[in-house]
Amino acid sequence: MLAIKVILIIILTPLAGGLLVGFDRMISARMQGRQGPPVLQPFYDVWKLLSKETIEVNRFHRFYVYLSLMFIILTAVVMFSGGDILLAIFILSLGAMFFTLGGYASWSPYSVVGAERELLQMMAYEPMMFIVAAGLYYVSNSFFVRDIINLEKPAIVYLPAIFVGLVYILPFKLRKSPFDLSVSEEANQEVIQGISTEYSGRALAAIEVTHWYETIIALGFVYVFFAANSTLSRVLAVLVCLIVYLFEMIVDNSTVRVRWQKALSSAWIVSGVLGIVNLTILSFFNF
Amino acid sequence: MTAVLTVLTVVKYFGNGLVLSFQQTEVMDVLMLAVEIGMAAYIIITGFKEKKYLLALFSIIQIVMIVGFEFTEKKGIEVHDYIVLDKLSGIMVLIAGIIGSLISIYAVGYMKSYHAHHKEVKERKSFFFSVIFIFLSAMFGLVLSNHLMWIYFCWEITTFCSYLLIGYTKTDEAKHNALQALTMNVGGGLSFAAAIVILGTKFHTLELSALTSMKPNTIVLVCVFLLCLAALTKSAQLPFSSWLLGAMVAPTPSSALLHSATMVKAGVYLIIRLAPLLGESVVGRVMTLIGAVTFLACSMMAITPHDAKKVLAYSTIANLGLIVMCASVGTQESLWAAILLVIFHAVSKSLMFLTVGSIENVIGSRNIENMNVLMQVSRGLSIALIIGICGMFLAPFGMLISKWVAMKSFIDSKNILIVVILAYGSAATMFYWGKWLGKLNCNRKPKGYEKKMELRKDEKAPIFFLTAIVLVSCLGYPLASRYAIVPYLVKIFGTPPVIPIGTGDQILMVLMIFMVSMLVLVPMGHVPTGLFPKRRETPIYMAGENSGDDQHFIGSFGIERKSDLSNWYMEEVLNTKKITFWCNIVSVTLLGAGMILLIGRWGM
Amino acid sequence: MNSNKKSPWVLHYDATSCNGCDIEVLASFTPVHDLERFGVVNTGDPRHADILLITGSVNQQSIPVIKQLYEQMPDPKAVVAVGICATSGGIFKDCYNVVGGVDKVLPVDVYVPGCAARPQAIIDGILKAASILEEKEKALKER
Repeated sequence: MLAIKVILIIILTPLAGGLLVGFDRMISARMQGRQGPPVLQPFYDVWKLLSKETIEVNRFHRFYVYLSLMFIILTAVVMFSGGDILLAIFILSLGAMFFTLGGYASWSPYSVVGAERELLQMMAYEPMMFIVAAGLYYVSNSFFVRDIINLEKPAIVYLPAIFVGLVYILPFKLRKSPFDLSVSEEANQEVIQGISTEYSGRALAAIEVTHWYETIIALGFVYVFFAANSTLSRVLAVLVCLIVYLFEMIVDNSTVRVRWQKALSSAWIVSGVLGIVNLTILSFFNF
Repeated sequence: MTAVLTVLTVVKYFGNGLVLSFQQTEVMDVLMLAVEIGMAAYIIITGFKEKKYLLALFSIIQIVMIVGFEFTEKKGIEVHDYIVLDKLSGIMVLIAGIIGSLISIYAVGYMKSYHAHHKEVKERKSFFFSVIFIFLSAMFGLVLSNHLMWIYFCWEITTFCSYLLIGYTKTDEAKHNALQALTMNVGGGLSFAAAIVILGTKFHTLELSALTSMKPNTIVLVCVFLLCLAALTKSAQLPFSSWLLGAMVAPTPSSALLHSATMVKAGVYLIIRLAPLLGESVVGRVMTLIGAVTFLACSMMAITPHDAKKVLAYSTIANLGLIVMCASVGTQESLWAAILLVIFHAVSKSLMFLTVGSIENVIGSRNIENMNVLMQVSRGLSIALIIGICGMFLAPFGMLISKWVAMKSFIDSKNILIVVILAYGSAATMFYWGKWLGKLNCNRKPKGYEKKMELRKDEKAPIFFLTAIVLVSCLGYPLASRYAIVPYLVKIFGTPPVIPIGTGDQILMVLMIFMVSMLVLVPMGHVPTGLFPKRRETPIYMAGENSGDDQHFIGSFGIERKSDLSNWYMEEVLNTKKITFWCNIVSVTLLGAGMILLIGRWGM
Repeated sequence: MNSNKKSPWVLHYDATSCNGCDIEVLASFTPVHDLERFGVVNTGDPRHADILLITGSVNQQSIPVIKQLYEQMPDPKAVVAVGICATSGGIFKDCYNVVGGVDKVLPVDVYVPGCAARPQAIIDGILKAASILEEKEKALKER
């Protein structure tokens, strides 16, 4: 039973992620007055990448990308089978660290700059992730996702400020403006393609699939805030995830990339202020 | 030899613990007093000679107090248990013994290379080694004693050894830093002495175990506060952290032994022992906050230095702050985390110091920017260093497990500020280790690069052993937890044991270990098996202007230029002096507030 | 129908162009002409690209650069010469520094003449290159 569940998670998550990314490109195009690619375009992209030749700079850097993909899959399994959310955050950061190391391993100017920026991004959003986990623990007395989504009232009722903070740092994880410092979906970035500069073929396909997993995992965090005991709330939670994603799309299309100093300081200040305020108010309710 | 003895002793007495009582201690006491007076005299004279009057003042007050106490009140005090070997001491003894011996072996080879490089330093190798061995014995005495005077004696000896070792090179900077270290640690010793005097006079006991089982009324708390103050100086917490940063001028084995794995652990060991009295009390809260401020500030400041040893020093102080935080929160879970952190930190940090020392010998520099050639120059060293760094912050290595449990226990203790500070500190930690790790992962084959010196066999062996220990400890921590830590905690708290991490998570940990171990296969990609199809190799992308060797590109006017890549050090954003200044003020305020609150309660 | 036709990614390189054709290439990505509806993405990285769009003629300094970029592209790949300068040297053909069109350096698959080439022609050229890619991929698979 568990094995079937795990396999389903591993297969369905990237499919859902790819579809979401496809919708993202189509809707962004419509917002800009264009027709845009077909919704299944991300899948075509990955299919094409799989059939391309894989060229490399040295023997090592492709390895990291596959490792990173494995860890992301592990995170998705942990999170969507109801496991420990703090563990999921740790494994996620481990996967991201491997991705960054892959950027360093090729030692090309663009990928190293991208890797430094990726490390900076990680430093910027980690505090908020921990505060989210802490807040969810306060509310439900457990780190396990299956306990958090089985509460009487959804966690958002007690943690509104933390939710706002989560939405603020979501562009980091979804690789959207204004925080798409290291590697992004659009073409012709400041640093060519950032970390993914030296990858091609299968490794690049792996990076793309990792991105799909990351998108769904990030939305999973949003889901956890809204899901509760009743089925209605679960449906509502999925709807909210889609609305948040739409919101992030709008933000993506209307903002520019910020400088790294601003990204770091704004993320830290927002996480700190919102986190402390919310948790302090919460502690008065005797959990 | 020492290591074998250590392991044997611990194994023999581990089961039931060992309690030794001595009857005729007169001779021991007189001997200790004589040595203490001798040390104090030397310190006072040095203080006056070098115009460090504060140092002399501390020492004078201290020795007067101790001598006076010795000859007046102490007569009437009965001490039963002199030496106690319980599980916690067992762990500390193992750490000191095994790591100490490995470092001593390493030091033999290292000192030879060191003096070959640094011809201007006078060779006093035998002096160096004798000081290290005196230090190791003092360390054993410290963790095994239950009698506060004996702990104090060993404490002072470690201070003195540290002073001698820091000043080993006898340069002006070394002398200055050594005196700074001495001043702060003697100040801590003064605080310790005051605590002993008060405890002896008011409660007629000099046993640590008796102290920890007392009810926390105000006078007891005053003693605990003074002891904690001593521990703070020894473990280089804010506002006393400058001595540890200055101590990095010492040769690497002393940095590894004293200033990361053992001596600074003495301070946190004392705090862990006192943990039942901390927790919700005033002292506990103050200590938690000081630990938190130290952790956050030093994690951020560790981003700035180029010198590898400075990064390691800041990281040590930050991790000690984390341990202080965990120990001061005082719950069973947090103490579990604190003890595990002690073990993992000692092991990983000493490995890293040793590797950095060897790297300095091999490539001639400690600057992190120069370490990108390391993978090609000395693969073994870079792998050891990578494992050390991973051991400090990555899952599934031990530090991460401890941080995880620490997070859980902080949230349970309902102290919001430290949860937030832990979050920020961990994020900063990830940054500076990540960029160092990235630098080491560069597989650049340097053109025409020559090794300064080969890696000696007697440096290779300890590094190899320590690496193995790091890996084993991350796999074997559940054993340590079951047989050592949890029983100790049960004895102290008297409640049924708490298993902080469930078995489901442990299975995942094993899975992760398996996956990370695949990373070790990365260098094996060099082995030409038929498995991996030959991929086309191209030079890196430099906008088409790559001049062919991946290191130069063709700039304007057709001139070949070198491409240089370096890490971010964020010096404009993180001004070390300013951060240290403000955090010193914060911590002094905290200490002052604690003192005022205590005195206020005493007066009532 | 295979994947290469569905998602041809483009690397746009300006050899010695007057920028006229470059502006037209960029215009093909804008809302009126919209290349993205065919799945075309303008990447800046040869390793991600399938099609190399070259504008402008070739001179001595750009020969090694073009060769390096072509080499860093993974197979199967196609080259599209946009504009008459890239095709044969254009009006600058007799200048002392101009070597000629792109086919002096690389094997060109599609020529898009024009000065400047119109976006409609450019789109047509890219899509033709995509079909050629499809054939190349089939040939690669059979090998």
